[in-house]
Amino acid sequence: MKRFLIISRQSPYGSAAAREATELALACALFDQPVALLLLDDACYQLLPEHQPETIAQKNLSAMQQSLPLYDVDKIFVCQRSLAQRGLTLDSLSLAVTSLDTRQISALIRTYEMVINV
Amino acid sequence: MKFTLLIQSAPIDSQSSATALRFARALLKKGHTIERIFFYRSGVHSANRLTLAPQDETNLPQEWQRLVSDNSLDAVVCIAAAIRRGIVNQDETARYGIEGENLLQAVELSGLGQLIAAATQSDRLVTFGGGG
Repeated sequence: MKRFLIISRQSPYGSAAAREATELALACALFDQPVALLLLDDACYQLLPEHQPETIAQKNLSAMQQSLPLYDVDKIFVCQRSLAQRGLTLDSLSLAVTSLDTRQISALIRTYEMVINV
Repeated sequence: MKFTLLIQSAPIDSQSSATALRFARALLKKGHTIERIFFYRSGVHSANRLTLAPQDETNLPQEWQRLVSDNSLDAVVCIAAAIRRGIVNQDETARYGIEGENLLQAVELSGLGQLIAAATQSDRLVTFGGGG
């Protein structure tokens, strides 16, 4: 068994990056590996409520995001500075997440054996 | 040491796949083991055998095919990422009733579980591309 950390940096739409990062996190959980998700930069936007992707003919990422805790991806971390830069606060997000400063983020990354930057 | 390589960016658009190929060759030369090579996201384009290159340029999928078959390596393309991007084998063309399979012979289409299984068996997982 290995501990996986999936790092996502992209906004929910504009590319498949966010979806494919989420799919990878879910796959780790489905295969019974301890897994956490770390959201940096524009990935903060993934957790905003009320996406309306149908206007750009995209599938809603929120449904998949909301299923993360159900599949035991219960550790979701978000970068404090990325949130602040975008005028977002923890209580504006649609999932319960832990915010970390940059020093905590580097300490966090060191504790995982498998780190995948998607 | 046992390594799993993860390639996430397309050849041409990024140097990542070419760097991964060179890294894989160096690993074998140094006597390391490659547990699996896994192509995810746009990295799946590395396994398109219909890729053509001008004579004086490297045909990366061809180089991957050679490395994998010459060394009997295990190489897998993520099926979900691949079919979205038009990388298919005979099973998939039959399943979806389309023509033109284009997957490299030495590479298999399978699920993300193959990446996770390989990573758990490896000392190191090295990713190429991604983050963008």
